[in-house]
Amino acid sequence: MNPDFLLGAYVSVLSLFLGVVLITRVPATLHTPLMSATNLISGIVLLGAMIVLGSADDWWIEVLAFLGVVLGAANVVGGFAVTDRMLKMFRKREPGGGPVAGAERQK
Amino acid sequence: MIDNWRDAFIDLGYLISVVMLIVSLNRLSSPATARVGNYLAMGGIVLGTIVTLFLERIDSNYLWILLAIVIGGAIGYVPAMRVQMTAMPQMVAAFNGFGGLAAAFIAVAEFLGIVDVGRGVVLAIVLGGIIGAISATGSAVAYAKLQGLIPSRSELPFNRQLVTAVSIGGMVLLGLIVLLLDVNTASKTLLVLTVLFALVAGVLLVLPIGGADMPVVIALLNSLTGVSAALTGFALNIQVLVVAGALVGASGVFLSMIMARAMNRSIASVIFGSFGASPTSSTTGAGTGEERPTREVSPEDAAVSLAYAQRVIVVPGYGLAVAQAQHAVQELASELQKRGVDVRYAIHPVAGRMPGHMNVLLAEANVPYDDLYEMDRINDDFAKTDVVLVIGANDVTNPAARDDPSSPIYGMPILKVDEATSAIVLKRGMSSGFAGVENELFHNPKTSMLFGDAKASLGKLITEVKAV
Repeated sequence: MNPDFLLGAYVSVLSLFLGVVLITRVPATLHTPLMSATNLISGIVLLGAMIVLGSADDWWIEVLAFLGVVLGAANVVGGFAVTDRMLKMFRKREPGGGPVAGAERQK
Repeated sequence: MIDNWRDAFIDLGYLISVVMLIVSLNRLSSPATARVGNYLAMGGIVLGTIVTLFLERIDSNYLWILLAIVIGGAIGYVPAMRVQMTAMPQMVAAFNGFGGLAAAFIAVAEFLGIVDVGRGVVLAIVLGGIIGAISATGSAVAYAKLQGLIPSRSELPFNRQLVTAVSIGGMVLLGLIVLLLDVNTASKTLLVLTVLFALVAGVLLVLPIGGADMPVVIALLNSLTGVSAALTGFALNIQVLVVAGALVGASGVFLSMIMARAMNRSIASVIFGSFGASPTSSTTGAGTGEERPTREVSPEDAAVSLAYAQRVIVVPGYGLAVAQAQHAVQELASELQKRGVDVRYAIHPVAGRMPGHMNVLLAEANVPYDDLYEMDRINDDFAKTDVVLVIGANDVTNPAARDDPSSPIYGMPILKVDEATSAIVLKRGMSSGFAGVENELFHNPKTSMLFGDAKASLGKLITEVKAV
């Protein structure tokens, strides 16, 4: 077997496990930002499109790869902006009692 | 010597980029650090992009690459800043589709350009193209459904199962032929056809899946885009893509499993058969014409029982998003809190149209996240609660899921609203929920119904609570 390919296989198996471990720790509150952040991360295909575009010789390949870069970049930037907008809104209760003074809460 | 320096810079840059992506997911595990996580993810990708420009493989088209990045960035940025929070599920679906389509384009472009490569690379290209294409059109259909462009459940003029089977069969068969053939003009044409079949399959697979199943579907599509990115990494031999894609793939599958479990269904049953897929089986309970008693309540009376309660739990559902009532519910809650009422929110895992949908909406309305409780953390507290306010939620509160083994939703974990002293349900009308199952809760003598648009009803409640 091609050693590059074998390395890739090892890397992907380890990454899959790592992914599960990392995601398990994310609370349900953050599931939507998590999805859009992973969305942003999958926009990394952008790099692949860049490589194909930068090494292409035929115009139809260049067109496809150009579109690939456009879509990948849109995925990255859009995913980032949307995630940031959402995360900006998440806030903790203001310290010092806040609006629920008087009501005891059990956790 | 210079070339070695360049290689070292490239390898190190990619390594740092991978570390940033991994740490970013780690940071996303707490609301306090999540924003940093998002910046790290962006930073990791920006670094990867810069490093990629220095690859020896890239020897031309630099201007085109930069132009494409600028155009794509603008295409992503503008709608992302404008979209309403209630429309977040379809926005995420759309961006996800972009990534999938990019992977499909890369697969085709790369295959058209290659001369002679190993079978492994061909396999990665074929799978990456197929999975990216399914994710692209699947996400497009999910977007259209969430945006209301096509109905949640649509009848097709042709036999969907047959056409789906043909498109998947054609895709698999052609893909296999591409794998077996030497790389030549014929196999290149066949790869294009394979990807086209996959595009059709993506549409047909998502088309029959209804609105309430969307959280599972969106998470799965997210995962598919990740997997296609990882396969692109295999094909082009860049490990950053393999790591990043596999992380996303694992996360998406894991999320969709959480969602499916919260509906007591398997992922397969979500994809291959929906509730009441055949119209004859969906008539259980709902729409049989039998009038069953419900108790209506006026906004005044509802406001009085809320204002004099000690403990109130709010149960939001998709109806809250539809009515854009997140700010109104926050206003009502803070009015009640001013009077000393303990107000908390109970969030069912599949409330809304994507994982965590309700949490984002309520965060937009300034509800602190420590007031939002996951099902398992709050379910035992319903019995100690005076009033539960159900807003646009239905199936996730139906006691039949616990008590009635003949119910289609039997076994689905529910919020135990019926254990509270009383419940007030804000609802448009008496239509049944997504599953087409009548909700026993609405006929419970402890339950009173406040009909009307959720936002309007909440407005009346706020006025009345202030007047109490």
